[in-house]
Amino acid sequence: MSVDLEQFKEMFYEESSENLEAMESGLLELSEGGTDLDVVNTIFRSAHSIKGGSATFGFTSVAGFTHVMEGLLDEMREGKREAEAKIIDILLESVDVLRAMLGSHQEGVEPDDERANILKSQLVAIRDGGVSSSSGSESPAQAADSSTEVSDGTCQGWNIQFSPHEDLLQTGNDPALMIRELGALGTLSLEMDDSRLPSLDAMDPELAYLQWHMSLKAGEDGNVPNQDAIEEIFEWVEDECDLTLEAIEEKRKSPDRRADERRQNDRRQNDRRQGSRRDGESGAKKTTQAAASIRVGTERIDAMMDLVGELVITQSMLSQLGEDFDMSQMERLRDGLTQLERNSRELQESMMRMRMQPVSFAFNRFPRMVHDIGQKLGKQIRLEMQGEDTEMDKTVMEKLNDPLVHLVRNSMDHGLEPPEERTEAGKDPEGYVRLRAFHQGGSIVVEISDDGRGLSREKILDKAIEKGLVTEKDAELWPDEQVFHLLFEAGFSTAEKLSDLSGRGVGLDVVRRNIESLGGRVDVASKFGEGSSFSIRLPLTLAVLDGQLFRLAGQTFVLPLVSIIESLQIRKELIGGVGSNAEVYRLRDQYIPIIRPASILGCSDTYASLDGGLLVVVEWDNRHVGLLVDELLGQQQVVIKSLETNYQKVPAISGATILGDGKVSLIIDLAGLFELSGLMNDRAFRIAA
Amino acid sequence: MAKIMIVDDMASMRKMVSFTLESVGHEVMQADDGDVALGIAQENTFDLVITDVNMPNMDGITLTKELRGIPSFKFTPILLLTTESAKDKKMSGKAAGATGWLVKPFDPDKLLATIKRVLG
Repeated sequence: MSVDLEQFKEMFYEESSENLEAMESGLLELSEGGTDLDVVNTIFRSAHSIKGGSATFGFTSVAGFTHVMEGLLDEMREGKREAEAKIIDILLESVDVLRAMLGSHQEGVEPDDERANILKSQLVAIRDGGVSSSSGSESPAQAADSSTEVSDGTCQGWNIQFSPHEDLLQTGNDPALMIRELGALGTLSLEMDDSRLPSLDAMDPELAYLQWHMSLKAGEDGNVPNQDAIEEIFEWVEDECDLTLEAIEEKRKSPDRRADERRQNDRRQNDRRQGSRRDGESGAKKTTQAAASIRVGTERIDAMMDLVGELVITQSMLSQLGEDFDMSQMERLRDGLTQLERNSRELQESMMRMRMQPVSFAFNRFPRMVHDIGQKLGKQIRLEMQGEDTEMDKTVMEKLNDPLVHLVRNSMDHGLEPPEERTEAGKDPEGYVRLRAFHQGGSIVVEISDDGRGLSREKILDKAIEKGLVTEKDAELWPDEQVFHLLFEAGFSTAEKLSDLSGRGVGLDVVRRNIESLGGRVDVASKFGEGSSFSIRLPLTLAVLDGQLFRLAGQTFVLPLVSIIESLQIRKELIGGVGSNAEVYRLRDQYIPIIRPASILGCSDTYASLDGGLLVVVEWDNRHVGLLVDELLGQQQVVIKSLETNYQKVPAISGATILGDGKVSLIIDLAGLFELSGLMNDRAFRIAA
Repeated sequence: MAKIMIVDDMASMRKMVSFTLESVGHEVMQADDGDVALGIAQENTFDLVITDVNMPNMDGITLTKELRGIPSFKFTPILLLTTESAKDKKMSGKAAGATGWLVKPFDPDKLLATIKRVLG
């Protein structure tokens, strides 16, 4: 029978990437002078697991490569080899190569073995060049080759003398099964020898006393059983029995056929190896992380199972109540409904928890990155991580990756000074980049801070004025925070030579946009000469949204609650007009644009008068904008359903949800709405946040 | 059909072994390291235990030794999952009381053939 293991590949890839991460962080720990045996063990185990799995799936080049790595690691583990920096660097590079190789397999292309082969020979050179017991570590191919000396061809069968030691049974082996197995190889005749069997009262049933004399000859198929097959049966009990194997021979010589065969096999194997190398050269190099799967601790599933159980109880209680309901049972109905509400809320929360993963999944890549980039830049950088256990939604985390990398790179590149400059400024030559994650209210905050040179207000303002983002007069009044926020402006960051400034900026507008598209925001604080800190604030999950329901032309829409600043009734005297169709409203000391979602979304043609209308003031992209709505309804948590997957992308709508009364309600996408309204390009409305 | 426990820290290996065994009708329990396996062994008996050697918390050899100390596991076949190069591991595994070994790479047919040897 054959068992299809294809379905387990995805899991193997996932595990391997975890193992690679474990190896990486372990190696980095060693590179910082750690000598913890546990760390070496973990690295070894990870390599070992990857080797085992890849061999199973037929990824011979990966298995071969990890085999060599494992050999070195084993020597380190046994204390025969020091964890020198050179070795660790090569092992780190090997991790990269492995990742790429497995990535290729995952995409279904043969990996490019070239780099692997170079590294492999480096590893072998280290292994063989070291003081260690290089003789003990042979390649698997050689090991297989040096098997038994055989001289069959003339062999007619075997005489086998099998005397188990008394303790054989205690290893879980059973002579009867072995003999049965022998019988399956050919025609077996046997004679039992019970001479060692003591009298009944002296007999210990846990010990083996019997011995056998057997002769095994060709079976019905005429094939003489070969020695390897027989020895294999007794392989496990080598040390627990006395075994003699004697060929029953006829005197006729024939050439050593098997050796010949073996040579031929070797040649074939070599050909195959070369073939795969050639194939590998055409392999593509792109890497994708497909696999939309998630690993969930069983205790979470158990908790959910409990909740489902409760839900079922409530359901049966309610349906029983429904059988013969009258008003006297109103109280019970209410109780039941309350219980149902609690069940479904808890179920929802529990479901959400399943999507949560520790932020360490996103942080894990940084030790390596900081190590590598620090070396490249010639800076001494210490990475500090805090709150790695903080959990966040898997989807949010995936989308957070790029902005995080960007900001960390930024800190290393531009924030931290070279050691000399730091020493001159009276600082520790080693700077730090700190990653910190924590929960605050319904949000998760990730902070990226450094003790570098900090942001220079003057330089940023010079640039911003030059770019026309702010006037000189306004600028004087702006607090630092607002000035620093200019870094995230699109017009600012596309400027050519930003690294001349205090350095930050390249592409930071992209970072901001990414984070805002997740419903989050990014802030920056900095003290010149002392360092900067970027903080990203994100909602805990993307699947549920705190929404404000409102009515527009008879339909109910949802607005994300977090973007609403306030709601107010329009007073006629505060309405202003700029040009013919741009309406503005005076809100305390500033004018904000008014947009009419009803006409933008095409719900209504009638042009309602503003006077007395309801204005919802929202903030997006540092701007305050008033939305004219017909009526404000309640606030509630809504579960977001994607429109794209069920229908198609609709401008200005980020998704839909089903309300309590069963009606579908659309969720407004503010960015899209503003884009449709034409406000996006209107710099006049760019207001100070 | 037999009741079998598979112990391996790598979930994919565990799943593949159980899938293979279950596909021919065996009942399989999984444990992800020696500690967990020992806990399971306190409350269950098995016809066969298959364990990886390199695992965190408690490795397969220690597990074997511990299992042999439990009366109901005194004669239970225990197979070690090892790699071909780990000759010394096989030996220390035998010394700890292991019945035999299964050599990786994992191959479903080989697994089934091997367990036939200990289960009959």
